Amino acid sequence: MASGFTIREKQYFDSVFLMGVNKRLSEEKGVQQTAVLMGTDNNKKLLADIGITDPQINSAKPNDLIVAVIADTPDIVNALLDNLDRYLEGSSQITSEIRLRTLDDGIRNRPDANLAVISVPGQYAAREARKALEAGLNVFIFSSNVTIKDELALKQFASGKGLLVMGPDCGTSIINGVCIGFANKVRKGNIGVVGASGTGLQEFTTQVHNAGSGISHAIGTGSNDLKDDIGGLTTISALRALDKDKNTQVIVIVSKPPGKKTLEKIRHITKDLEKPVIGCFLGVKGNMNEEKGNLHFVHTIDESVIQALLKSGKGTDSKALELTSEEIDLAHQERDKFTSDQKYVRGIFAGGTFCYQSQQVFQDAGIKVYSNGPIDKKMLLADPDKSLEHSFVDMGDEHYTVGAPHPMIDGRFRRERIINEGNDPQVAILLLDFILGYNASMDPVRDILESIVEAKQNANQRGDHLCVVASICGTEEDPQDLIHQEKQLTDAGVFVFNGNAKATLFCVELMK
Amino acid sequence: MGSKKPELLDKPLVIINIGLLSFAESLLDQEVDTIHIDWEPPAGGDEEMISLLDELL
Repeated sequence: MASGFTIREKQYFDSVFLMGVNKRLSEEKGVQQTAVLMGTDNNKKLLADIGITDPQINSAKPNDLIVAVIADTPDIVNALLDNLDRYLEGSSQITSEIRLRTLDDGIRNRPDANLAVISVPGQYAAREARKALEAGLNVFIFSSNVTIKDELALKQFASGKGLLVMGPDCGTSIINGVCIGFANKVRKGNIGVVGASGTGLQEFTTQVHNAGSGISHAIGTGSNDLKDDIGGLTTISALRALDKDKNTQVIVIVSKPPGKKTLEKIRHITKDLEKPVIGCFLGVKGNMNEEKGNLHFVHTIDESVIQALLKSGKGTDSKALELTSEEIDLAHQERDKFTSDQKYVRGIFAGGTFCYQSQQVFQDAGIKVYSNGPIDKKMLLADPDKSLEHSFVDMGDEHYTVGAPHPMIDGRFRRERIINEGNDPQVAILLLDFILGYNASMDPVRDILESIVEAKQNANQRGDHLCVVASICGTEEDPQDLIHQEKQLTDAGVFVFNGNAKATLFCVELMK
Repeated sequence: MGSKKPELLDKPLVIINIGLLSFAESLLDQEVDTIHIDWEPPAGGDEEMISLLDELL
């Protein structure tokens, strides 16, 4: 085994680009491990964790590129490091005569700009967002790790200027049909949605599209907006904007439960809105099917879609929320193949909202589920890597994504988890999600298909039957081929549903 | 509260992208008017220096 590294001073690249470079390098023959990182303190720790330390690395700066390679021989290490430029060549279609280095450069170049999309590392994001707001731009902040204090200050400043702050930690928005961040290509229509969760917005907008209707705007607020610390400042601005928007007929809010004070505030504000508002607050116990003034509560994203379709004048079948008799029969046939030891479901999710909603569906069915992001805190997995009984794991959680790509981009950790869970003889069912759309993996099913096939084969060899159930969040207009994604799964014997709630209901039926 | 109605929804988007190049590429794929900033940490990522610069400007 041999290792080596190189430092490129003042060569800054973004994290997603570097993950692509890292993937290409790690796939070369004879390579054991690679790291392609900027010289931040956190990244130096990650390098030390794999045994790469050196005084030169210690003195590297956040805008210095560090590439480390561990391989079978010194020749392989040297060959890769000597030919690094080949791997750093992007396939970028961005060509510009003038190289714009700062936001100020951008504003001078395009004084008519009305939105800044900010995805710089978290510690720099608030600074850039403030500059953008001061220049009169709305902002979409994908970056996470922005302090609550900074978030509140940005949102208060924006509110007074009539500007929207989507984020921080905002994954998805669709403004006038334009997909920003991780978003799906959906038809334009008369349903507006505000959401604190990116995958929640993706599930809602794709289901509306797949039901034949469309979206006026989908406004991401960032994951903290409905906490009492922030008080829903962006949600409230977005609700008012959608209420005045001539293309929007009905408004939906999709979120985990808001803070108590914030929920009251939203209830109060919706009374003054002219358009009906549907509130889908996942994980809230009890009967939410109630009307509070102008705010109609629903329990799952699927229900919010049905209600939005009804209130926007589209006829729909409320039975779409239930399994068909054919699906129930199929579940029972499949259930009969399990051995008496096979008792548990393991959910391995790329989307945090899916992990959450699936827990809620199980909770409603009276089945307890462990999770690394539990609805019920008592059901927290002590070690997220070790499932217990029924367990649903959010693989997009920080535990898996610090210094590593999100599972919506790279299926590496989900592949390992699928094999591990499938090797547990008490496991009967794997529940998965696949998320299409802009900026997601171009072939998310292929990324983990081999591990599904292998897990099923392993179970067969020991005389068990492993059932795999999946939902796909996407439309036929997404950059990935939806039909091809579905076909790859069904060819491998996976039961595929176009919604996470329905896929989870199928798992409940399998457990009966 | 002195809030005004956001006007973002009424106008065609003109976007300045700062950070992930792939975000700018996905916007250009959709033929959205977008410019990309070739951003890097200011002052080499030295936070004290960044604060000083902010105070000066």
